[in-house]
Amino acid sequence: MDDTALDDTALDGNAIGGLLIEIFGTEMTAAVGTCGSCGTASRVAELAVYMPALGTVVRCRSCDAVLMAFVRVRGVTCVDLEGLASLG
Amino acid sequence: MAGTAVRGRLNTWLTATVGAVTEETARARTLMLDVPGWAGHRAGQHVDVRLTAEDGYQAERAYSIASAPGEPLAITVDLVDDGEVSPWLTREARPGDLMEVRGPIGGYFVWEPGLSAPLLLAAGGSGIVPLRSMLRLRAQAGSQVPVRLLYSSRSLDDVIYRAEIDTATAGVTVFHTLTRSQPPGWTGYARRVDERMLTEVAWKAADKPLAYVCGPTSFVESVAAGLVELGYPPVRVRTERFGASGL
Repeated sequence: MDDTALDDTALDGNAIGGLLIEIFGTEMTAAVGTCGSCGTASRVAELAVYMPALGTVVRCRSCDAVLMAFVRVRGVTCVDLEGLASLG
Repeated sequence: MAGTAVRGRLNTWLTATVGAVTEETARARTLMLDVPGWAGHRAGQHVDVRLTAEDGYQAERAYSIASAPGEPLAITVDLVDDGEVSPWLTREARPGDLMEVRGPIGGYFVWEPGLSAPLLLAAGGSGIVPLRSMLRLRAQAGSQVPVRLLYSSRSLDDVIYRAEIDTATAGVTVFHTLTRSQPPGWTGYARRVDERMLTEVAWKAADKPLAYVCGPTSFVESVAAGLVELGYPPVRVRTERFGASGL
């Protein structure tokens, strides 16, 4: 086991299961997301998730590209899926 | 893919009433939750808990479900000193108190008795919580699936569910490691999980095991990488990360 740079605060897609139910209306952590940058396909549960105060950012574990971003303002959640080639 | 804006129109939050409270360690407690309309859950799933302050400020966090499917809903919460939700849950909440929950959540980090592969369960600290639900389900279902559990805690006093975990169960072998302090005469491991420990504890890759790894992010990254080194296919190592921890 090497000490590759790890961000100890990074969560994974399990942590946004509830948020994704709110947005998509169904369980999504077992869905497969494909990175639009490097093409890596991964279960949503395995994606890297960062939840700083202002929103939620989901990144590809292979190339670190931003796949999804969510920001909530006054009860409205803005959803950016630009970085995904596919999700389902 | 594009994006959109979604109003929180799906009212997925349910009111939960705190029932019995069990102190598991000095920092962790189990809360029974009575949730009218609860749909039941699978082993390994979690709930989101939302607290609302008098001024309307809301904070939500995810907590693993501690009980087995079919048992009353219970969560076990570990205190995060500077947390927004866990101090209330571990220090203040009393039977009869109200909060909101959303769930059950998760379709990946779940185990079903129909999965016949030997199980490797690895927990760091409160990462034991969803794995305990799996162990209870295994017992409840009469499953014969052989289990090895590697459980890393800071000290013996920090071992959540100690009595239950250490009760001998046919087909379940438990390995503890205590990373910070050990009682006199301790014969278990006394260091962070490393590759030598995994080699000694984990099923061989040739046994086609299925692994569930849960705990602080650094623990999960290191154990999952170690298992892949041992030849476990990444798709057979299911992970759930809790973020930073002093573990």
